[in-house]
Amino acid sequence: MSEQSDTRTPDTTPATGTDRVKRGMAEQLKGGVIMDVVTPEQARVAEDAGAVAVMALERVPADIRVQGGIARMSDPDMIDGIIAAVSIPVMAKARIGHFVEARVLQSLGVDYIDESEVLSPADEAHHIVKSDFTVPFVCGATDLGEALRRIAEGAAMIRSKGEAGTGNVVEATRHMRSIRAGIRALTTLDDTELFVAAKELRAPHDLVVEVARTGKLPVVLFTAGGIATPADAAMMMQLGAEGVFVGSGIFKSGDPAQRAAAIVAATTFHDDPDVIAKVSRGLGEAMVGINISTLTGSEHFATRGW
Amino acid sequence: MTGRGPTVGVLALQGDVREHLAALASVGAVGVPVRRPAELAAVQGLVLPGGESTTIGLVAARTGLLEPLRAAVRAGLPVYGSCAGMVMLADRVVGAPAGQHTIGGLDVTVRRNAFGRQVDSFESTVEVDGVPGGPLHAVFIRAPWVEQAGAGVQVLGRVVAGPAAGRIVAVRQGRLVATSFHPELTGDTRVHDLFVQIVREHPGRDDRRADGADDGASEGGVR
Repeated sequence: MSEQSDTRTPDTTPATGTDRVKRGMAEQLKGGVIMDVVTPEQARVAEDAGAVAVMALERVPADIRVQGGIARMSDPDMIDGIIAAVSIPVMAKARIGHFVEARVLQSLGVDYIDESEVLSPADEAHHIVKSDFTVPFVCGATDLGEALRRIAEGAAMIRSKGEAGTGNVVEATRHMRSIRAGIRALTTLDDTELFVAAKELRAPHDLVVEVARTGKLPVVLFTAGGIATPADAAMMMQLGAEGVFVGSGIFKSGDPAQRAAAIVAATTFHDDPDVIAKVSRGLGEAMVGINISTLTGSEHFATRGW
Repeated sequence: MTGRGPTVGVLALQGDVREHLAALASVGAVGVPVRRPAELAAVQGLVLPGGESTTIGLVAARTGLLEPLRAAVRAGLPVYGSCAGMVMLADRVVGAPAGQHTIGGLDVTVRRNAFGRQVDSFESTVEVDGVPGGPLHAVFIRAPWVEQAGAGVQVLGRVVAGPAAGRIVAVRQGRLVATSFHPELTGDTRVHDLFVQIVREHPGRDDRRADGADDGASEGGVR
């Protein structure tokens, strides 16, 4: 390698917004918990509990479900307030396809943008071309094909969608199992079969080949949507998540600071039932859950995204 | 490379642990994740990975690992920290929330998130003293820099170009090494090779080594 590079003058100009810088940022979040917050005070509670990042939004998904209406990008003043309040990275959500909301969030200096199905979609066919941005993006996915389509558009991190705002982990489990099973299936295929797999996954062939060869996504895979307890977080880690988003589960519960710290500990020690048992004591009430089967068509956030 | 290499732990509370384990393996060390005091006691060197230093410090403090980590550094365990690991090793941290838990031992003042927010994260080349084979391609992610280094600290590398040119991004003090950047993300294992050489020369803590050799109390962290 060094022999080949001897002929070139090393490029010393700092390069921002590269794939390595965007994906590398997500690598630093691994093994951590990213928490939804709606105020600077909540952001500080999250940081003190050990969150690796906070997601700044105006309403947590549980409230979006109750209150209805169009859910949009948050107020810039609110995002500024949260950025000023903490030293950890601040993420914020843009509507699916709303590339101007994303430009605004980049201009505000957020560290990661979530192109999120939790907000009302702004485009029913197209997602944001995320490779055009300096700021990295995370996107939701329900299966491997959806994950690879988002990566092709430039997503630097994937989260399983789950069903946000329900406190019910069943959809997160389904999506994580689906993504992981899809990856495992690819590793057994030969070169000819991978062309068909790419067609069936509706994903670019080069990404399909890369996943088949490495046995993993080319970006970090987190879980999201319905995680409400330390045991939920630990189960998702054991199912192959590299980290956890917790939305309504913390600040809609009885004792947010303690529950947040407990979920952080259970994520690190996800394979140690003694630790999970210890941190699960005395947490007060978990958020009230919703049975997914009672949701009607448009109430399923996970079906948003194409 | 003959025989089994030294056992080097990677603090595995949060962060890019897997990349460091892979880099250690490729330079002939046996990398093991460390989450508990008993696991820490079994290693001959330790890597503090990239991640969020507030999270790593809090989890270490709550699980009773922070004091054993401090004791290990005082006792001369070789330690290498990248990015958040540099923050964890620093005696003084600027830009941190009040009461942030760190390990300390490295006589430097480090500024967290010194280069700016994620949109300012970058890759560039860095010359590192003691690393042969020309400049390293370095990845800086919400990285810290060394604002001030004590007399016993050797400056190994600085930013070459751009708005932060001249900033200190690689240092060594005895058996402690720290970089602002992430060599574990590039596949260039020369920094890990440098660190594992230090571990080979000084495996484990001075107070637990079988031969009882004491080659200088000035090395390691004096707090």
